[in-house]
Amino acid sequence: MIEKLTLYFQYPFVKYALIVGVLIALCSSLLGVTLVLKRFSFIGDGLSHVAFGAMAVAAVLNLTDEMMLVLPVTVLSAILLLRTGQNTRIKGDSAIAMISVGAMAIGYLLMNLFSTSPNLSGDVCSTLFGSTSILTLTEREVILCAVLSALVVLIFVLFYNKIFAVTFDEAFAKATGTPADRYNLLIAVIVAVIIVLAMNLVGSLLISALVIFPALSAMRLFGSFKGVTICSAVISVICAASGIIISILAGTPVGSTIVAVDILAFGLCVLVGKLTGATRE
Amino acid sequence: MALLTVKNLSYGYDSQAILTDLNFSVNAGDYLCIVGENGSGKTTLMKTLLGLREPMSGEIIPGDGLKKNEIGYLPQQTIVQKDFPASVREIVLSGFQGQTGLRPFYNRQEKAQAQENMQRMGIEALADTCYRELSGGQQQRVLLARALCATRKVLLLDEPVSGLDPKVTTEMYELIRSLNHEGITIIMISHDIASAVRYASHILHIGSEVFFGTKQEYIDSKVYNKWIVAEDQSLTTDH
Repeated sequence: MIEKLTLYFQYPFVKYALIVGVLIALCSSLLGVTLVLKRFSFIGDGLSHVAFGAMAVAAVLNLTDEMMLVLPVTVLSAILLLRTGQNTRIKGDSAIAMISVGAMAIGYLLMNLFSTSPNLSGDVCSTLFGSTSILTLTEREVILCAVLSALVVLIFVLFYNKIFAVTFDEAFAKATGTPADRYNLLIAVIVAVIIVLAMNLVGSLLISALVIFPALSAMRLFGSFKGVTICSAVISVICAASGIIISILAGTPVGSTIVAVDILAFGLCVLVGKLTGATRE
Repeated sequence: MALLTVKNLSYGYDSQAILTDLNFSVNAGDYLCIVGENGSGKTTLMKTLLGLREPMSGEIIPGDGLKKNEIGYLPQQTIVQKDFPASVREIVLSGFQGQTGLRPFYNRQEKAQAQENMQRMGIEALADTCYRELSGGQQQRVLLARALCATRKVLLLDEPVSGLDPKVTTEMYELIRSLNHEGITIIMISHDIASAVRYASHILHIGSEVFFGTKQEYIDSKVYNKWIVAEDQSLTTDH
């Protein structure tokens, strides 16, 4: 098995996949804690479907660089969605459901009507489940991903205390002079960037798992925000790395393997949490 | 000059006014209780005072050089907070957030002051405990310690004793009174008229009739006596 692994790691695309996978897992888990606590678990799901729709439009328009369209559209939707959380007619969860299903349907419709690709269902499948795209990354994409990830981590560390304040009690933060709306906007933009990045890794259907599972696992074990954040990052990185390695060895699809490992880790954390009584039910 | 002057204020939801033409003022060192029937808009008034809602008309004028980031606030608890994984220290420190500006981390002075405020509230032993494992009274003390980090001047409290048992309620009231004696202005929503009259220096009664004045003026007023009779009647019909 070790021989097989060393053989595979001689190929640059395997190395790229591992680097990108670990970076995306790290970023998504950092924001995951905030999203879960703000009751926005499904925003990842909604936004990834929007990204899918945008990608379909980009394909139809024959854009050379899909990111030019996908990233701004997703960022815009994130801002709209996080804003509806407060006081609008349509409640946050229904807004997410509407936008996500709508974008997905329109995206698929457009691809069907205008597609020039000979293998349409293959294209759709790989966008939804990210099946092989992570193994076809170019060096340029890896560098882009590394830069964006570094930026996300840096912003998260610098704004950590502010993100905590806004997550724990938005009303208090606003009342005492913190520009909470600005930080909510920042969170929305970062989430959108992470989701567009993560589409390569697990595809748009499984992104929520990457965001939610590590955070929920960590919350079973720790009782402080810092503890939960660090633990969730560690769990996410370990799960992503082992998921990628397993999928290479066993020839399973990358995205679903990572999510399966995440589920396993969650089960383990629930068990450990129960045994040690670290957190109250 | 008054710490806070409210002039001809109208406030409400979605362009529907709950109350119009409200006038009152709060001086430094006052203990003001806002009382009134359920649904009379006490919480909405407080949110308007805090700038969380736009007033429909009228003015809220801060005096004595009171800045937005010098106000302490004890909101009603939200569902999100009930199972939030955060230690007591993390929550108390977050009270300084309004003063840090773009500085990413808390400085030594703020950490020391947070420690001091936890001592004042008698929760320093719980500093590393998870918030969701605390009792209701302890949680309120944590939020009060956080509010003290945000202010030295004025505290706005939204029903700080709701859901607490009688013994803890009395402790909480005494704690708030001692803060008032230290010179912090208190503005508190309460639906416990008896305690409001007992502890406050001024009363603002809102609802179908509006009253603002000192405690003694309130006890002598028609609004208060009508209210007390109504309370008595509802108690007798209940039994």
